[in-house]
Amino acid sequence: MTEPTASEPRATEEATAPATEATTVVPAQTRSGMTAASSLPAVPEAEVKRATVRGWFGRQPWPVRAVFVLIFVVLAYLLPYIGNVPVIGPQIVTQGIDWPSALFDMSYFVLLALGLNVVVGFAGLLDLGYVGFFAVGAYTVALLTSPDSVFNTKLAWLAAVPVAIVVALLSGLILGWPTLRLRGDYLAIVTLGFAEIIRITADSTPNFLRGDRGFGGIPHPPGNKADGSAIFGVRDATPYFWLGLSIIILVILAIRNLDRSRVGRSWLAIREDEEAAEIMGVRTVKFKLWAFAIGAAVGGFGGVMFAGEQGFMNSSTFQLQFSILVLAGVVMGGSGNMAGAILGGALISYIPDRLRGISDPLTHTDLFQWRFALFGVVIIVIMILRPQGIIPSRRRAMELKDRAKEAAPQ
Amino acid sequence: MNFSGLFHNLGPLTITGLAQGAIIALFALGYTLVYGVLRLINFAHSEVFMVGTFAALYTWGFFGLDQNSPTPSLGGVIGYMLIGLAAAIVVSGATALLVEFVAYRPLRRRNAPPLAFLITAIGASLAISSTVGVFTHQNIKGVPPLIRPATVVHIGNTVITNLQILIIVLALGLMYGLDRFVNHTRLGRGIRAVAQNPDSAALMGVNKGRVISLVFLIGGLMAGIAAVMYVLKIGDTKFDSGFNLGIEAFTAAVLGGIGNLRGALLGGLVLGVAENYVSGVFGTQWHTAGAFVILIVILMFLPTGLLGESLGRARA
Amino acid sequence: MRQGLVRALGGVAILALVAGAAACNSNKSTGGSSSGSKNCGFEIAYFGALTGSSANLGVNIEQGAELAVDQYNDKNGANCISIKKFDSQGSPDVAPGLARSLVTDTKILGIVGPPFSGESEAADPIFDSAGIPLITPSATRPSLSTHGWKIFHRAVANDDAQGPAAAAYIQNVLKATKVFVADDQSAYGAGLADVVKSKLGSAVAGTDKTGADGKQTDFSATVQKVIASGATAFFYGGYYQNAGLLRKQLTAAGWKGTQIGGDGVNDPGYAKAAGNDAAAGSIVTCPCAPASKASGTFVTDYKTKWNTDAGTYSDVAFDAMNIFLKGIDAGNTTPEKMNTYLSTVNYTGVANTYKFTSTGELDSSLIKVWAFKFDASGNVVPDQEAPKS
Repeated sequence: MTEPTASEPRATEEATAPATEATTVVPAQTRSGMTAASSLPAVPEAEVKRATVRGWFGRQPWPVRAVFVLIFVVLAYLLPYIGNVPVIGPQIVTQGIDWPSALFDMSYFVLLALGLNVVVGFAGLLDLGYVGFFAVGAYTVALLTSPDSVFNTKLAWLAAVPVAIVVALLSGLILGWPTLRLRGDYLAIVTLGFAEIIRITADSTPNFLRGDRGFGGIPHPPGNKADGSAIFGVRDATPYFWLGLSIIILVILAIRNLDRSRVGRSWLAIREDEEAAEIMGVRTVKFKLWAFAIGAAVGGFGGVMFAGEQGFMNSSTFQLQFSILVLAGVVMGGSGNMAGAILGGALISYIPDRLRGISDPLTHTDLFQWRFALFGVVIIVIMILRPQGIIPSRRRAMELKDRAKEAAPQ
Repeated sequence: MNFSGLFHNLGPLTITGLAQGAIIALFALGYTLVYGVLRLINFAHSEVFMVGTFAALYTWGFFGLDQNSPTPSLGGVIGYMLIGLAAAIVVSGATALLVEFVAYRPLRRRNAPPLAFLITAIGASLAISSTVGVFTHQNIKGVPPLIRPATVVHIGNTVITNLQILIIVLALGLMYGLDRFVNHTRLGRGIRAVAQNPDSAALMGVNKGRVISLVFLIGGLMAGIAAVMYVLKIGDTKFDSGFNLGIEAFTAAVLGGIGNLRGALLGGLVLGVAENYVSGVFGTQWHTAGAFVILIVILMFLPTGLLGESLGRARA
Repeated sequence: MRQGLVRALGGVAILALVAGAAACNSNKSTGGSSSGSKNCGFEIAYFGALTGSSANLGVNIEQGAELAVDQYNDKNGANCISIKKFDSQGSPDVAPGLARSLVTDTKILGIVGPPFSGESEAADPIFDSAGIPLITPSATRPSLSTHGWKIFHRAVANDDAQGPAAAAYIQNVLKATKVFVADDQSAYGAGLADVVKSKLGSAVAGTDKTGADGKQTDFSATVQKVIASGATAFFYGGYYQNAGLLRKQLTAAGWKGTQIGGDGVNDPGYAKAAGNDAAAGSIVTCPCAPASKASGTFVTDYKTKWNTDAGTYSDVAFDAMNIFLKGIDAGNTTPEKMNTYLSTVNYTGVANTYKFTSTGELDSSLIKVWAFKFDASGNVVPDQEAPKS
């Protein structure tokens, strides 16, 4: 059912330069019979060089790469001040909503996208109910810290964080277990059901999860400035964004290591052909559960941050559309690789927020109302022009090239 | 937990469930057909339904009917119903074809992976529902009272109205007709062939592109009919009325065995009744959760749904 | 090469679209110019829903407030004071980010709003931390005044007054012995329904809960339960869209009792959702007096400016804005001074007289609760003032 993609099993190593050139050539040769002779032997030089910025980046020695990454990270931390850049600054900054708040929103969307990318992109498990894990993380924090909570434990935010992440991880396992036998699209509907069950429970248990009344008074992350006032206050969202960014970097490092290890290779095998993987000795059950658990933990982390920033949350946040949006973001950005997930997650939060507060010249309604319509069109256009996503994983890009060659004439 | 309430109201809840389920079943047909042939979850199908509801309402509005108009005479009712059905069918079918042409065909041409189709479907769904939302200012639109509900059968505390009978009979009839079409006509054979193996079917002379368009069209037609039934029953529509119903319909399709036409009917009816029973016992706020729990339990024991997948497997 | 070009073009196109729209947007910032002697150049904000399923309620309030600003500017020079609008869509998720951007505007001296209780919970802490006073003309959830927010002021009675009035109306005027109570599980709806349930006691024949406003359309299960319970009155705690759909489906199922709702249902949108025939006879309570009873020329002025009748709380919002404007006249030109002014204000407006307690509630002697009825053409007409319980 699945086409062989890369000819050798290869760890998804992002930056091995010679491999880049080799793998663009080799699949063309091993594909026998179906394609014309024009794809033999070597791909033209220009095409290889043009094989993305990533190729060039990968060819640099590691100190140079480290410097680039460092510069990039520093720039990311400086994003709250981008409004001061002349000319393009004011065009980038959101108008209808406070820019640091918009950045913080982007940061937890990116976190969610990274988590979903592990489930959908790496392990190939279609999860339509990812917001459920976000909710679990946020609600655990609320239950443990809010004075409105039935537990009345009133912990500090920081104390609640590890508990929330563990609970989210467990919920991922609980979701994973009944779904192991299910094939792709059935899995989708079950995960969707799971998220809906969580939402409905949130809505309908007035004493436990408090529905629309929600939880108020959720404490913020700790820390005081020199003058005694809290770093994580109510008015300025910038410290929250920096916290989010730091968590994102940690999560990236963690997932990257996983991906390069046996776990990542097993995920790749499961994604490509689960039955073949099982036959080859990959413990699919174990690694699918790993995928769910890690994805859930990252999602829970996002929920934890969200609760700490908002101070108040209720059940109206955790709608199904949220899951679907994050999925669209991941695939649009490029599923299967983290840069793509980050870009996708950032875009799905940024575009609607950017459109807020702008009046459309035609009907003089707030352009914000058109945000989902525009968004839908953007998604369609991107998927048609670039179904592998904006920043495709190299494996996907090759896979698509091969699939395109195999397409029977319509 | 109100079991006595359920017991007391078993009759009314069952009838209500069947009527609700019939609409869901018609809606689910679109999902199951497209999935059976293309292995694609057509997220945009909920918007196909929604534009059908608006098409019927605006057509009736064109004739001067709005929700405050008096009920017309019997001849008038039949006439308006047919006009409304025609409008909804045409618009829904056209929308389904449009989505197929604009969103899916380019992807099929490149043999894109299934996930890309899903995301494009999501994009199409968002685009259509939001646009309708902006133009209707996200307001509700009322339905003219074409059918004055009248009790036809009265057994104990169970009341069956003319509208409920109409809906159930229509759904059963359409399902029967569709079943015969798929199993006993040339075009139907083409659909089953493409569902089994698209490339072999093409080699055997089936016009794959036309079959796929036909499948979308049929799904759209069914959705249009479901749309008219829906507005008559609920009395209102809104730009997002497709979404929740779409989730229920998709659940019903999976419950019955996705790709299986009879499964869609069974799944829809079972889901409708189950949701109402759950409402009776636990309260209406839990009805969707109950439906999902039932689905998960059934999938755990019957991983391919109640009747199993079948469009692709040659079933005479 | 084509792919790269397409990519670049796409990116430029998106950027151009967004930048172009941004450039086209006329930034309505106030001019500190014009008439010198008065205290000009300030802003009062409206924060609340302008779009979304219950938008009417927010729009009514914004329009009432804007009318007051226009009248003030007519006397004191064009653009003396402006109203700055923040559309939160009634959503508590959107509210904090929007609130943060509001508090960065130093010209804003006060806020009329937020109109809904959920978004109040989310946004008011931010306003409190920035010290910007607010007067809400419609958020009725009682717990809002218990958080210790110094800037919180409520210009109407809360649900603790509205609930008993509705229950008293059901028992004394409708004389119903079997009542079915349902709500939409929202902070507002469930709170109100709970108060009504406790006041009705044994007269409650059955209860149910529905999905949130706009999230559910098929209420047949609830309809069945109402009919099965034999209730002659049905109280729904929620907003006008759900309430209207319920009424329509109840009528279609042959139920002939009376439906009662709270101020969230007090809107012609209810009749639009239910159909005029079905809506006729429904009762709604409101901790507000009828707009038609508003003194002075308010009713005609509103109609002239907005080409539609004043809606629920438009008059209260008008008064709230005028309180701020009087505060500006009295020289309170910083948020702190305005907040202090509000704590001692005693203002007689078109809808009511206003004096706030130390927690920001309206002084209890000034509370008014009215019952309204929907007539045969879908309009809301006053029925009677509810006795103070």
